[in-house]
Amino acid sequence: MENLHITNGQLAQWLDDMRRDGLRIFAPVAQGGKTDFKFLAEGDTVAEDYVQTAQSAKRIVLPMAEVLFSYRKHGKDIEVANPGTDRFNDTIIWKARPCDARAMRQVAEVFTRDYDDAIFEARRSHTTIVAFSCNTCDDCCFCTSVGGSPGGTEGSDILVTTLTDGGGALVEVLTPKGEGLAAKYLAGAARADGIDKQAHLADVRVLFSADEVRAKLDGAFDSPVWQEQSERCLGCGACAFVCPVCTCFDIQEDAHGARGRRIRCWDSCGFSMFTQHTSGHNPRPTQAARWRQRILHKFSYIPEKLGEAGCTGCGRCSRACPVDMNISEHLKAIAGHE
Amino acid sequence: MNNLTELANKLLGDGTATKVIGYEEAHGKTRPCFCTEAADTGRLVLDERCTNNIAVYLTKPEIVGGHKVAVTATLPVLRTMVQLAMENQLPDGTTAIVSTESGEGLAVLPTVGDMERVVAGTPLDISGKERELRERLKAMSREERWQFWLGEMSRCIKCYACRAACPLCYCTRCIVDNNCPQWIQPWASPLASMEWQISRVMHMAGRCVACGACKQACPMGIPIHLLTLSLAEDIQNEFGVAPGSVMDHGNVLSTFKPGDKEDFIR
Repeated sequence: MENLHITNGQLAQWLDDMRRDGLRIFAPVAQGGKTDFKFLAEGDTVAEDYVQTAQSAKRIVLPMAEVLFSYRKHGKDIEVANPGTDRFNDTIIWKARPCDARAMRQVAEVFTRDYDDAIFEARRSHTTIVAFSCNTCDDCCFCTSVGGSPGGTEGSDILVTTLTDGGGALVEVLTPKGEGLAAKYLAGAARADGIDKQAHLADVRVLFSADEVRAKLDGAFDSPVWQEQSERCLGCGACAFVCPVCTCFDIQEDAHGARGRRIRCWDSCGFSMFTQHTSGHNPRPTQAARWRQRILHKFSYIPEKLGEAGCTGCGRCSRACPVDMNISEHLKAIAGHE
Repeated sequence: MNNLTELANKLLGDGTATKVIGYEEAHGKTRPCFCTEAADTGRLVLDERCTNNIAVYLTKPEIVGGHKVAVTATLPVLRTMVQLAMENQLPDGTTAIVSTESGEGLAVLPTVGDMERVVAGTPLDISGKERELRERLKAMSREERWQFWLGEMSRCIKCYACRAACPLCYCTRCIVDNNCPQWIQPWASPLASMEWQISRVMHMAGRCVACGACKQACPMGIPIHLLTLSLAEDIQNEFGVAPGSVMDHGNVLSTFKPGDKEDFIR
């Protein structure tokens, strides 16, 4: 794979050309006082001046509502229709962050590790990720505390690092998918030579060690820390829904008499209903138990399975939380807990 | 020691309260905090940066169970407390700590009557910006307005932060969590999100104190408070009751008397 050096003009042209060719591009756009991903339509301008989008790009592979199958009853017979996996279109995620691209691999682990989810696989195979390194960060960012980097290449098909001296951008072509895109849109671009990528990246401070957090969590199930930390939590699902790694879902029935659809839709461990049994019993009856689950899942259970935290430090949960349940602050406290 | 800390310590010390719900500074903003002993109270602040509606905690048994509570109340919080009291949801013996009108001193409001007097004396003033947004919506045709809201709802992710942050959304089981029957589709889609918002604001009609917590909590920045504000305006026009005012005769849409001229409930 190769590294290219393109001018700012070539970078702009690349996007323009893809738009002109009618490619389906999912990119950050300013909307309603926030910057968030959307499919580019005519007249949309890709946002420039922002640190992080409100949501991650995970809904390209894991939409908020996915129809798994539909059915129709004819007397005692049931006709089931599988929507198939040939209905998806190629999508380019433009300007994902390295933390988002890295998260995609973890999401993929959930849907392909023990069981190959055909719908997920099909969506993923149609997705190409063009990530952009971070030149800036804010107080909510902590990718470097969980093994990431503002210029990390993991999960991206192409990583673009815009050079902070205005001298264009470094383009790292990382996968065959990326090569295909580069061959079409960046043919003739100069080879990158001697660019110090590191000098153009945001300085994201290391706040805690994920290993230390994991070690502390081993004996912390009954710790009073969960009650202390979760006291102000309101129990909404904002943190889970904006998270690029959270994958919990609910299976719902959209039933209309003799016909219906079965739908996989986002769910959150922060909701009290998440673990409510039919009997009325709830094994996680308090917000403290639910907050504990969120932290243990990401920083103990997932590391046990995948060898790394189920969090890429994007900071979205901290920005989205209405009551400042700042995750890095809480993890720092856990790492420092006696 | 500042005055607020001193006062909180006094209330904790003389048994007026066993828990103070207030605000602390963090990350350049403020956020809710809870104090149960003098060692905690040094972090309390109460100023114009305190925008969370912390009355939301007053209906959570996990927070107030077994406690006598004092709340450092901004005006929107105080309006909510009065509304909660009217709906029999304010825990007995709840005290409010408020800034005095001059903004320099602090006052303790030990009874609901005291709280009502302050609320009645400071009618809600909906800011110019909100008024402008509402006017813009009102000037639209029905079709334009529908399209505007469909567009906004297409950004909703149904995280229910609006529900969680609203101090008057305190049902132990929300209509959207019912699945027998399933009144509202539980996933996010423009229409399903619209259904949720319509249900939410209809339940708030004549009760909403226009604190804006729903809008502030929305991670997508959807101006959902305009829905509750519009309904509040309708209530004001139809019944002469302003949002956030002290209602002597109960909630306008859910108070029934044997002498009512309508006979549907008899």
